[in-house]
Amino acid sequence: MSEAPRLIDAEVADRVLARALAAGGDFAEVFAERRGGLTMAIDESRIESVQSGSEEGAGVRVIEGATTYFAHVDGLAEADLERAAAEAASALRGERAEPRPLEAVSVAPQPIETRPEDVPATRKAEILRELDERGRAAGGDVVQLLASYGENRRQVTVANSEGLLSGDDRTRVRVATQVVARREDRIETGAETRGGHRGFELLSEDPGEIAESAARKALGLLDAVAAPTGSMPVVVGGGFGGVLFHEMTGHGLEADHIQKGASVYAGKLGAQVAQPLLTAYDDGRMPNEWGSDSIDDEGTPTQKTQLIEGGRVTSYLYDRLRAGRDDVASTGNGRRESFRHLPIPRMTNTYIAPGEAEPESIIAEVEKGFYAVSFGGGQVDPATGDFVFGVSEGYLIEGGRVTSPCRGATLIGNCLEALNAIDAVGNDFWMKTGICGKGGQSVPVGTGQGHVRISAMTVGGTEL
Amino acid sequence: MSSAGDPAEWAARAVERAVAAGAGEAEAFASEEATREVRVHGGEIESLTAATRRGVGIRVWNGGRVGYGFGTDLSDVGVGATAERAVEAARAADQDEFAGPPAAAGEAPALGGLSDASLAEWPAGRVAELALEIERRALEADSRVVGVEQAVYVDSADRVAISASTGLSGGYEATSCYGYLQALAEGDSGRETGLGFGMARGPAGLDPAEIGREGAERATAMIGSRKPATRACPVVLDPTVAASFVALLGGSLGADAVQRGRSPLAGMIGETVAGDAFVLSDDGLDPDGIASAPIDGEGVPHRRTPLIEEGRLMTYLYDTYTARRGDAGSTGNAGRSGYRAQPSVSTSNLVVEPGRLDFSELLAEAGEGVFVTDVAGLHSGVNPVTGVFSVGASGREIDGGELADPVREFTIASDLVSMLKAVRETGATPRWVPFGGSVSTPPLLIAEMAISGA
Repeated sequence: MSEAPRLIDAEVADRVLARALAAGGDFAEVFAERRGGLTMAIDESRIESVQSGSEEGAGVRVIEGATTYFAHVDGLAEADLERAAAEAASALRGERAEPRPLEAVSVAPQPIETRPEDVPATRKAEILRELDERGRAAGGDVVQLLASYGENRRQVTVANSEGLLSGDDRTRVRVATQVVARREDRIETGAETRGGHRGFELLSEDPGEIAESAARKALGLLDAVAAPTGSMPVVVGGGFGGVLFHEMTGHGLEADHIQKGASVYAGKLGAQVAQPLLTAYDDGRMPNEWGSDSIDDEGTPTQKTQLIEGGRVTSYLYDRLRAGRDDVASTGNGRRESFRHLPIPRMTNTYIAPGEAEPESIIAEVEKGFYAVSFGGGQVDPATGDFVFGVSEGYLIEGGRVTSPCRGATLIGNCLEALNAIDAVGNDFWMKTGICGKGGQSVPVGTGQGHVRISAMTVGGTEL
Repeated sequence: MSSAGDPAEWAARAVERAVAAGAGEAEAFASEEATREVRVHGGEIESLTAATRRGVGIRVWNGGRVGYGFGTDLSDVGVGATAERAVEAARAADQDEFAGPPAAAGEAPALGGLSDASLAEWPAGRVAELALEIERRALEADSRVVGVEQAVYVDSADRVAISASTGLSGGYEATSCYGYLQALAEGDSGRETGLGFGMARGPAGLDPAEIGREGAERATAMIGSRKPATRACPVVLDPTVAASFVALLGGSLGADAVQRGRSPLAGMIGETVAGDAFVLSDDGLDPDGIASAPIDGEGVPHRRTPLIEEGRLMTYLYDTYTARRGDAGSTGNAGRSGYRAQPSVSTSNLVVEPGRLDFSELLAEAGEGVFVTDVAGLHSGVNPVTGVFSVGASGREIDGGELADPVREFTIASDLVSMLKAVRETGATPRWVPFGGSVSTPPLLIAEMAISGA
């Protein structure tokens, strides 16, 4: 089993932490990171935008009372780290505090079979060409295909004044495809992704399928009718359909929003917010899943956290700082985009656990409604609970059957109402990859679920 | 913090190393940025960040194959490794007959006012006090404001240099800052939020009272909101919302999207794409625009480019690559989000010309409809290829030519070109908005849009 390399020695980390606490502070931490990656794309059947980068640096934070002092620098030499520590401490005027002796914790990184760096760039280009051919072959109306390949590796080492010294070695690979289809004046697009906290083995299983799936979506939309408008039952598909729960509930359970009273879930711990059929988790330990890490960006091992059990709120999502305020343990959700960012409570892989309903019957029970197979994305204001989702693949449900494809649909509503209106959860289940933005930081997250039905939700289309 | 480096020297050295590593032609972009950020909550400083970041990005061309490398290690060894990565990356790329480095262009225009001395003069304590005042002002503005989710101040001082093997070189320094808050108001219907923001070249140019007041006003205005009736009606977009749509439009005007058939404006030069009232230009030299600089992201001088006049589409926006491919000249619109990204076509500052009606006259002209103050879901509810959109919105009813009840949880739907053609009037007072691009726009009156509510 491999181990994460230490980017800074214990002795150096110890000196940097002592420097950070030289003018006082309750807590100090140094987060060191080396990151590198390769991206390339195929567009107009030509490989382009090939780029490769390497960055390293560190962020040092000192917490004193309610205030966090943070500084980050490029470079991992001791002088760079000292500079960041001195800068973070520069506004403090207290008595020197002593960090505890460091104790190294060894956490196994997620297993990687084939390191992407060991695969020649030409092989990655070949895969993109295969995507291009397969997507274009899916139908004569496919006029364009854009596919991208990305790999990155983040090695991190965290040390703090409470004696923690840990690290992680994270490798992610992701492929995304967008297809444009055209028939006369109608132009439609379809997208598909595959990603994981995995090595190049992610693409061992028929990568061309990714492009075919994107093409199918675009081609299907060529026959689409304008989306309906108004309140109706909505069946949401599995996988990326889970972004609905991510936005509607996951963000509202992040402890920073809760503690500021800027979440509709504040004060709802233990409260029944959904029907008993709903149970949901955040799980940063799912093997090789896109949103998984072995430790979070504060060194806390990731865990499986039950968020909703039988419709009741069972936990919020915590980083160290917010956990300390509520006098609970961190749930391992302190994540940051890079050494240039402060950790905040973030989701990892968030999903609605499989229920008992057959997906077919969830749809068959709807007389007239909307079937949202997948979304382009969504957005929520956790304070008001207002959310909106752009539907990328949707259909009408008429007489219990899926009929015409629809385009241009948006789902809109309020979290607590919509969550409570989930009246069926399917026994099918799968995960999809997403990129979540919050407070100016983007992190990889997984979303998942089976088919889920909301008894009433507003569909905002163009067909009045 | 550290002694300042010299981006011009890094860029020149990077070009040398790239040529030595086997690049036919090479270009380097180097930057150093010092940033500060203060976040406050509940009268206390929540976090105080001070940082520098520096790095270099190297673009190389070898027989029509392009590669890019970037890195933070500015030592000789580090820059050499980045140069080698760029040359290696080019090997994996396919040939492109239009690829090539920007030619050394004429003298870039002199452009003053990009830096403000107050940024360096105000210590951390003073900008923290400014952030605290933004929060305090929101709380004082209205008793129904029960809290502030966060008030934030951010500034940065940047130095940028570009150098290329064609002999091109250039650079500039600029400072900028912004402050914003999310105010929380409590009403019978629950919590409401309101965003207030301001931007300037330095903290002395920010008005904390105005930022706080705007957040408070937007939050309290939503108290008691309900869903509007589903209908097609006149819509007034406030400048922040108008700017979001104008920024989307800017993406469709890039020659890259047009040449690759991914723009709803492809093939429409000279055609009517907007109502006569909608006059648009891209201006990389407007002294008030946050994206202003003497040169673009590949060293080509910035300029002002008229885009829509008398409702007609005048031109697309070009960088060096798309100019060669489209048999046009670069309009100085190679955008660059930093050393980590290759340049690509993007807008600089988009400027919508103000009209003659003040805000109350604009509402009177609308008569009956909806005033939209906020939109959500722009990244998922818009198809950039077709311009078709459906986004979540909130705002106020317009009744009898005046603002009436607050409304929320509805969608507005149309497509970009139909919406532009329906622009009937533009307001007299423009505002700079930094969301999704730098845009100056007055409120816009759209003759008709589909509202999906109750």
